[in-house]
Amino acid sequence: MTDRQGSQALRPDPSTMFAKIWDRHRVLERPDGQTLLYADTHLVHDGTAAAFKRLKKRGLKVHAPSRTFATPDHYVLSSTKLIDAIPNPEKRGMVEKLLANAAETGITLFGLGDPRQGIVHVVGPEEGIIQPGNLIVCGDSHTSTHGAFGALAFGIGSSEVTHVLATQTLWQRKPKTMRITIDGKLGTGLTGKDVILAIIAAIGAAGGTGHVLEYAGAAISALSMEGRLSLCNMSIEAGARAGMVAPDDKTFEYLHGRAYAPKDAAWDAAMEMWRALPSDEGAAFDAEISLDGAAIEPMVTWGTSPEDALPIGAAVPDPDGQADADRRESMRRTLDYMGLTPGTRLAELKVDRVFIGSCTNSRIEDLRAAALIARGRKVAEGVTAWVVPGSGLIKQQAEREGLDKVFSAAGFEWRAQAGCSMCLGTNGEIGAPGERIASTSNRNFVGRQGPGVRTHLMSPAMAAAAAISGRLADVRRFEVMP
Amino acid sequence: MTPFTHLAAVAMPLARPNLDTDQIIPSRFLSRDRDDGTMGEVLFRDLRFTAEGGERPEFVLNQEPYRTAKIIVGERNFGCGSSREAAVWALYDYGFRAAIAPSFGDIFRNNCFKNGLLPVVLPREAVETLMAQFQAMPGGAVSIDLPAQIVTFPDGATHEFDIDPFGKECLVNGVDELGYTLTLRDQIAAFENRYGRTNA
Repeated sequence: MTDRQGSQALRPDPSTMFAKIWDRHRVLERPDGQTLLYADTHLVHDGTAAAFKRLKKRGLKVHAPSRTFATPDHYVLSSTKLIDAIPNPEKRGMVEKLLANAAETGITLFGLGDPRQGIVHVVGPEEGIIQPGNLIVCGDSHTSTHGAFGALAFGIGSSEVTHVLATQTLWQRKPKTMRITIDGKLGTGLTGKDVILAIIAAIGAAGGTGHVLEYAGAAISALSMEGRLSLCNMSIEAGARAGMVAPDDKTFEYLHGRAYAPKDAAWDAAMEMWRALPSDEGAAFDAEISLDGAAIEPMVTWGTSPEDALPIGAAVPDPDGQADADRRESMRRTLDYMGLTPGTRLAELKVDRVFIGSCTNSRIEDLRAAALIARGRKVAEGVTAWVVPGSGLIKQQAEREGLDKVFSAAGFEWRAQAGCSMCLGTNGEIGAPGERIASTSNRNFVGRQGPGVRTHLMSPAMAAAAAISGRLADVRRFEVMP
Repeated sequence: MTPFTHLAAVAMPLARPNLDTDQIIPSRFLSRDRDDGTMGEVLFRDLRFTAEGGERPEFVLNQEPYRTAKIIVGERNFGCGSSREAAVWALYDYGFRAAIAPSFGDIFRNNCFKNGLLPVVLPREAVETLMAQFQAMPGGAVSIDLPAQIVTFPDGATHEFDIDPFGKECLVNGVDELGYTLTLRDQIAAFENRYGRTNA
């Protein structure tokens, strides 16, 4: 590790984790500040056809196939692993093209029918592909998920995907840094999802624009890896380029023994580097924010931006109370779309559907938390509730633990095939106009889950509680059945 | 990529904060191939058309003189959310060549540079002034001089803007950065040799 020691000698000032990772991946920097960065890992999904087509058109090859990992998730159906069952030829074609491109270019593919297949942001960590100190990119904005490992991970557009395929590098201007410190102990039943919704409500959907966030403090350290993944996943919903959490023993324990994690002597060498990653004492951030973890309550969104989040005990806000005229008008439009009246208690809102899944909340801990609420209870009449596991391996694990039976007995639909499903409905799985959905996904945008659909974001346990109650509900009022 | 230097055109106001890329192009159209030439048809699909496909007359793009607008003027955090480059393709293929807003989603702004669509960041007060001028002078022309980094409002006032020099260079010359990066192959290879040794 002479490189690291050398860098330390040259770097007398305390450094942020972000800066350490950035510096390690810098191929060159132009005088105008644009920096060419090297990506350790490039994740690829079935929305990448245009990027491969462009690559081929220019007569270029994939530069580093061994650093490129693909799995179909956006266009697969949650009902079947059979590609031929995807009725829409255009959508089926997206999956088929990924398989063909993977075969042609030699990148690693976790295809349909392989238990390792799933949502790309679930599969990467699960396989041990994502490691601390890495630079990870993917043509998907929720790539910020992987910052949970103390990695720098961000989403890129299709042209940039072609650029990374062709060169394993990309151009970036150094973003600013923001540390968000959450001290205090989270209340019972509170999760990473509640924490990130509280953060976005506090700083706004553009609060992190141009920044890389580092989440710190006792409440963050206390989160499980799953909780940190949910947290970092939604950094993009605060407008941030990326979000990250310092790696610690939980991180290392999660990684150890996973398929692509380093082994033996390589593990020891990696650990030495990983332990040096956290921000140094006294490192300066461009912005600092802190929240009291003990004050965070179970959060739900009421509007059409993730910043429209409130504690479950709150009421629908009143546009007339807004000082700013534009804000007032925008809130009126939002309430009109959401079918809400100011002053209505959020816990009175009836739901038509529940979706438990997505790259935010489809991991085993998420399913366990939802199953704890579902156990021994019944989904309210008239509510359709889906559980879509994040990967084939999570599905197997959940079935070993009997969670599928808990869900089925309660009237949830245990879906057979991992994928993005109803988070964004690219596969055609959407709600009907006017339906209200309690969803564990990441975006409540207008039309996100289908034209006219009204989405409320929340944690898996809160979504399960909504399914049982038939309306948004405070999970803390649910006793856990033995 | 077509070079971008100067543009004088009708500008369309869209005064909605946090306008996400799902609004610019809903996800159900992302499996379309841009080469089929239909991306512009589904720009703002659900804001622009009813479920049955009829025009929504209240949406600004369905009103004269904005149907032929080449510049879109948005609110804070324009193009936030999903990384879908199809949002830029839909804008471009419809005919837009520039976007002006107080702030943009980072990935959307990056995608603009890759496709010949100029993203201009102006202070919030300047954008509010511009929006107010559209009320007074609907269809008033806005002109943009990229080499000089100046926007001229319908009232003739000029506003300077900052832009990333590399992005500007690519837009003005109509080149994409991949061609340039490919000339740096030796440096990438040197990095890989060095990096590989410490990360084996």
